[in-house]
Amino acid sequence: MKGNEALALAAIHGGCTHFFGYPITPQNEIPEFLARELPKAGGLFLQAESEIAAVNMLYGAAAAGARAMISSSSPGLALMQEGISMLAATEIPCVIVNVMRGGPGLGGIQPAQSDYFQMTRGGGNGDYRIISLAPATLQESAEMMQEAFALAQKYRTPVFIVSDGMLGQMMEPVELNKSRSKERVAEQPWILTGHHNNRSPRTIKSLRLDPAELEIHNLRLQEKYKRISQAEVRFEAYREVDAELLFCAFGSTARIVKNSVDDLHQKGYRAGLIRPQTLWPFPALAFRSLPKSCRSVICVEMNCGQMLDDVKLAVEGRVPVHFYGRCGGMIPEPEELTARALDILSGDSQ
Amino acid sequence: MYSERILCAGFGGQGVMSLGKLIAYAGMLDGRHVTWMPSYGPEMRGGTANCSVVVADQPVGSPIVTTNATCLIVMNLPSFEKFQHSVSSGGLILFNTSLIDRQVERRDVLAQPLAANELAAECANPKAANMVMLGAYMGLKGAPRLDHVVKAMKKVFGDGSSTLFNQNMKAVRKGMEAVGKVTASKKAA
Repeated sequence: MKGNEALALAAIHGGCTHFFGYPITPQNEIPEFLARELPKAGGLFLQAESEIAAVNMLYGAAAAGARAMISSSSPGLALMQEGISMLAATEIPCVIVNVMRGGPGLGGIQPAQSDYFQMTRGGGNGDYRIISLAPATLQESAEMMQEAFALAQKYRTPVFIVSDGMLGQMMEPVELNKSRSKERVAEQPWILTGHHNNRSPRTIKSLRLDPAELEIHNLRLQEKYKRISQAEVRFEAYREVDAELLFCAFGSTARIVKNSVDDLHQKGYRAGLIRPQTLWPFPALAFRSLPKSCRSVICVEMNCGQMLDDVKLAVEGRVPVHFYGRCGGMIPEPEELTARALDILSGDSQ
Repeated sequence: MYSERILCAGFGGQGVMSLGKLIAYAGMLDGRHVTWMPSYGPEMRGGTANCSVVVADQPVGSPIVTTNATCLIVMNLPSFEKFQHSVSSGGLILFNTSLIDRQVERRDVLAQPLAANELAAECANPKAANMVMLGAYMGLKGAPRLDHVVKAMKKVFGDGSSTLFNQNMKAVRKGMEAVGKVTASKKAA
């Protein structure tokens, strides 16, 4: 099945009950699939009049306790940022999918990763963080989609799925775990369901005019983000043990890098890959304990160098950090990466 | 180690996307790792269409086949001119002479001409030219298995019309015969 369909089907089997969205390429198979299948599973599909409406419908539905999601692509996500800041402020569990395309502005419709900043730094205001899960295969897309709902509930937070046009449009075999929708959802003693049983009123709000109160709220959020940073960091390490050159790449780019790592091994060079599966929290610890053999790191992205900042912060200047990027919807070939790696390796050995 | 990187190209409506999907699904049933990746965007709406299929023993890295195809299955002239140099040396170019009145200039690849539209018309369905190409591919490569293609067809096209299914299978066999490998392939199936 297509990557977008895998995400959509996994959402249903992850217990998703409500979907809101507005069409945009290259994520359209998600609403297409859910428009057909979610009502059959007893859920609700609604095509909103805009991305801004969609994110606020999500806000409302999830505040009332629904397992809800939205999906869009890069410029659509930009429109949703105000709502995302609200969701973070009010700690609403929900899942937001970004099938990235080239930017800035409307950009293009081909695959890109130029929303790394948008997915890890946010475009909304305020001190907030959002868990960002970045799959590299369709199997992982499906698994992360289900995991996203669980994480959202566990921490009362929005969760991003960071896909792109390549992962969204391609097909690959997927084995779906169909038991996850049956997982018990913990009691949510904060949801707004109307106080029909004369229970005391509940409030969800993001406006706190008393600075002392707002500071306390912020510090509590920060404490939660710290817990997430400690418990939920995920990455894959591939042939890294004795690597001289360590690649860092996420998502679809990491697939291509793996080809290049294997090429380099065949040519007699020791290359490895660190693939962040969570973009936030970033797996800095993978770089804190670099293998002794590692003499340089190269960050490869389908953008002009965004995750590069996090890699440099994590490497802390111990070895040089290089960069190779393609952008605008251009996809690197393994051969380009191998050539760049060979340049670096020969430069290092001089 | 088995690693096939196939580029299927033609114009919208010739069924190059379905052709690619069939190779991918049947390859999966053969027990291999597979990916299928369409070209998407403005060029799909009325112009040329193409898709990349990778079938391999190892997990697939890049799903996009551009400069390093082991096989090009090409159904019309603009795609032929665009992609004949995307095949790596020693690769296969399977081209539809019904719509391509050129020869493969390269000498470092195996060129297999096939009048797919005419052959499909002989099977009572001229639209099944893509199935003729599939059969020829199977005949030359010995994979995917015929019984897996049968299963894949139900997956890709649904369980609908048995007439269409029979025409498609006839066209697949026609393609296999055309490259002279029908006996061997039947045995393999």
